[in-house]
Amino acid sequence: MAVMQRLPWGLLALAAAGLLPFVGSRFYLYLGTDIAIMALFAVSLNLLLGYTGLVSFGQAAYFGIGAYACALLMMQASVPFILSLLAGGLLAGAAALLFGYFCIRLTQIYFAMLTLAFAQIVWAAAFKWNSLTGGDTGLTGVPFPAFLDSPARFYYFTLGVVGISLAFLRRVVGSPFGRMLMTIRENPERAEFIGVHVRWYELAAFVLAGFFSGVAGGLFGIFNHSVFPDFSYWTKSAEVLIMTILGGMYTFFGPAVGAGILLFLNMLVTSYTEYWPLVLGVILAALLFLFPGGVLGFLEAHLLRRGHREPRGT
Amino acid sequence: MLLPDLSFLVIQFLSGLTTAMFLFLIASGLSLIFGVLRVLNFAHGSLYMLGAYLAYGLVAWFATAPGKFWVAVLGASIGVALIGGIVERTLLRRLYGREAVYQLLFTYALVLIISDVAKLLWGTGQLSVSRPPILGGSVSLFDQVFPRYNIFVIILGPAIALLFWFVLHRTRAGRIIRAAALDREMLGVLGVHVDRLYTAVFMIGAWLAGLGGALVTPVVTIVPGMDVEVIVNAFIVVVIGGLGSFWGALLGALALGQVMSFGILILPRFSLVFVYVLMAVVLVMRPWGLLGKPLRG
Repeated sequence: MAVMQRLPWGLLALAAAGLLPFVGSRFYLYLGTDIAIMALFAVSLNLLLGYTGLVSFGQAAYFGIGAYACALLMMQASVPFILSLLAGGLLAGAAALLFGYFCIRLTQIYFAMLTLAFAQIVWAAAFKWNSLTGGDTGLTGVPFPAFLDSPARFYYFTLGVVGISLAFLRRVVGSPFGRMLMTIRENPERAEFIGVHVRWYELAAFVLAGFFSGVAGGLFGIFNHSVFPDFSYWTKSAEVLIMTILGGMYTFFGPAVGAGILLFLNMLVTSYTEYWPLVLGVILAALLFLFPGGVLGFLEAHLLRRGHREPRGT
Repeated sequence: MLLPDLSFLVIQFLSGLTTAMFLFLIASGLSLIFGVLRVLNFAHGSLYMLGAYLAYGLVAWFATAPGKFWVAVLGASIGVALIGGIVERTLLRRLYGREAVYQLLFTYALVLIISDVAKLLWGTGQLSVSRPPILGGSVSLFDQVFPRYNIFVIILGPAIALLFWFVLHRTRAGRIIRAAALDREMLGVLGVHVDRLYTAVFMIGAWLAGLGGALVTPVVTIVPGMDVEVIVNAFIVVVIGGLGSFWGALLGALALGQVMSFGILILPRFSLVFVYVLMAVVLVMRPWGLLGKPLRG
């Protein structure tokens, strides 16, 4: 058991993922790319949800902003892809700074509602601002950058970006800053008493989460060859929340595992039936009742027997 | 831009008022459930949609019976209340002690399940219900025509609001509900069966949603997706008025109804953005809404 604890799971997963182009078909390559991108999105959300205890119901706002910014910079200003991707993340982070400034003043359900409201503003703006965003039809024909013109190359590129981002986020949650976020999650009043400026920490987490959600969005827009207003719709925010809870919000890699499971299941189920939402709804309900710690949380508690990061009571 | 003539504005105002009454029916139930159970019910729009589909089904069932529309409205709304009661009693209540995100996601799971079940049962086409004969036709107002059914809805809304005010403020049951919104532990200590009360409140909320859905059938076409669309509007209403506030739901519904009715005329492009901005501004300035009270504990 002790061996299992010390294994560098993240690196092993990355190495295994790196083999995919050699064993899988093109179809699985697309699925792998999709999973890697959504894994980053879910892990970035979890910085708020699992680590800081903030229920963001509007994380799709930053995903959408990153996607639109990256695609527009490439299409209209001919900015190189790498710079556009970075700019997409930065713009999403800037939006998170602005929206987050207001959101972190609220608690619990009001926080969730305000994040939802901001995401809907982004969605409505994307939906109606035809001259910039293409409105309802979205931005189509987003070009693949020349150096990433094969699915395998884009897959490796995505894996690289996601790997670096996750490594960075892993450092963040392990740092004193990350520990302080968890302290705030457990007991914001006490954190305040010992002299922590709770709101600044929460805002910093919000901006970081926004930045990486934006990077994920930028990647997804290119991967998808198009960007639509629905990238920011509230159901998208719900989807990434489901991934996070499914994998386990009290583990670092849980949300990434959740993204993988959900997208894989989606692929399996939709090949049999069009009623994927029904299946997803039943899975989600079963999960909430039977495995509240998520898949990885469950595995950790029952197989690895490590740590006692029990979900906090209310 | 030329000023439109007065009669046009009146009609526009009335159509905003009609929209507002439907919004009020949904939002008041949503607000009631939040006020007492502290659960933000994403599935409230789904209950509304279920009310619409059930009403359609019942109207088709009683194809020739006189007064079939009214029977369908009553049957559909009660049916939705029963479904709500069963869901609360068997599932939702197990999540009360858990974090808010579990409750939110459970109600979202209901959204997904109900939307597909409705598709399985009624297909994906557009369905419609004709107006009851007694309220067919139109009346003319200032040289414009306005459907008689909409006038009925405009009158019915305040009637239901008054009925609710009476129940909440002048009856023992209403006092208990208001007390539960303030301090549920104390209410339990005083010997009230809080768990039964929760079921009852959830059923009343579901009934209101089902009633709204059933009554809206002669006005709009019933399509998949009406659940997701309406729930966001209901959220705007309760946030503006104040989560948990009954009069807030009415005020928010009236405001949103008019914004939707006139916003399309004045700023066709940005009325959609505007309502969400309004929601965000209210949350920033007064998170508990215009007529709500700050939550305690």
